Amino acid sequence: MAIKVHGIALSTCTGRVLLCLLEKGLEYEIVPLDLANSAHKKQPYLSLNPFGQIPAFEDGDVQIFESRAITKYLSRKYKDTGIDLLGSSSLTETTIVDTWMEVESHQYNVPMQKIIRQMIVNPAYGIASDEKIIEEELEKLGKVLDVYEERLSKCKYLAGDFYSLADLHHVPYLVYFMRTLKSSVITSRPHVNAWWKDISSRPASVKLAESMRI
Amino acid sequence: MVVKVYGPAYASPKRVILCLIEKGVEFETVHVDLLKGENRDPEFLKMQPFGSLPVTQDGDLTLFESRATMRYFAEKYKSQGTDLLGKTLEEKALVDNWIDVEATSFNPPIYALTFQILFAPALGLTKDEKVIQENEEKLAKVLDIYEERLSKSKYLAGDFFSLADLSHIPFTQYLVGPMGKEPMVKSRKHVSAWWDDISSRPSWAKTLQICPPPM
Repeated sequence: MAIKVHGIALSTCTGRVLLCLLEKGLEYEIVPLDLANSAHKKQPYLSLNPFGQIPAFEDGDVQIFESRAITKYLSRKYKDTGIDLLGSSSLTETTIVDTWMEVESHQYNVPMQKIIRQMIVNPAYGIASDEKIIEEELEKLGKVLDVYEERLSKCKYLAGDFYSLADLHHVPYLVYFMRTLKSSVITSRPHVNAWWKDISSRPASVKLAESMRI
Repeated sequence: MVVKVYGPAYASPKRVILCLIEKGVEFETVHVDLLKGENRDPEFLKMQPFGSLPVTQDGDLTLFESRATMRYFAEKYKSQGTDLLGKTLEEKALVDNWIDVEATSFNPPIYALTFQILFAPALGLTKDEKVIQENEEKLAKVLDIYEERLSKSKYLAGDFFSLADLSHIPFTQYLVGPMGKEPMVKSRKHVSAWWDDISSRPSWAKTLQICPPPM
């Protein structure tokens, strides 16, 4: 199979790529990795991702890593397959999608990653959670979500009236977050909540969430 | 109407300015004083609800997030100036890949060092030596990976200068200049050659001339 994703469905970054593939209805293969034995920190994996992180990606001769670069590549190459996730009808639209993808990466992802590490990853490895970190990062996330609340009061999705990678990139972490006791951070904000209900009920999102059970 | 870039004194806006100069696009700059908190003024927050720099205006379009903005201008003016995006789907994917490496692996430690060493004193905060040491170690590991990459490839995305290299310039200048950590670059043969190459581009000299950093 031409499209290969090296990673695991439980990983949020791998999940970003899998969700894009599911939305586009593309065929792919997941190449499993023996993470328990740190296969991702050794060769041959390091030649696919020298940072020893997952996922890595192949499409024929193309070999790239960084989940958001991979979803962009897929959305560009397979623009006419399934839905258009990049707002390709104009440069302005594509740029607004790009802008909110950057917001996800820099504003949302930073606190969210720390919260999920404390609330879900650490317990799974028998490591104690740090309540102070959780509270601090929830406060930062709350401020970001206040901006999202305002944004989503004016448009249905982050980049406008169409679902795009800007929304999709948020899904994997939110799948985990909404299973925690802090999900009111989302449900207490009416427009963010409506947006989450919408994007999480997409068939591709439902399918991804099913494979993200620890 | 000429393009306006807000906050030229600082590093992130310089990504946009470098791109505009490489593409030969005219622009004006508007000073924003972060130390006075001008990025938290209601007028500014209307343009950039997260209060970060840069903001860029191109006619009716108000843009924020420097990497999205530089990609916008590189695409809009793709038929003039330096090609910064790559020509084939594969080249474009590699450019995106290495821009994201800059954003997710290189920028966090170098930004933390910039804040602690250059900005904390100006804000009346004490430098946190533990944070400085941790981030120097993280950055060193990233630069080791860059050394390996650049031993096989002249620039990060391949044999052509692109936004992936450009994106590194403003903060790396802080590292080798006012932060006094030039040995981190110079001690790595291929990183050093790459830095000498990209920082000696006329666009960077022009950027520093018209937008001097705050320190």
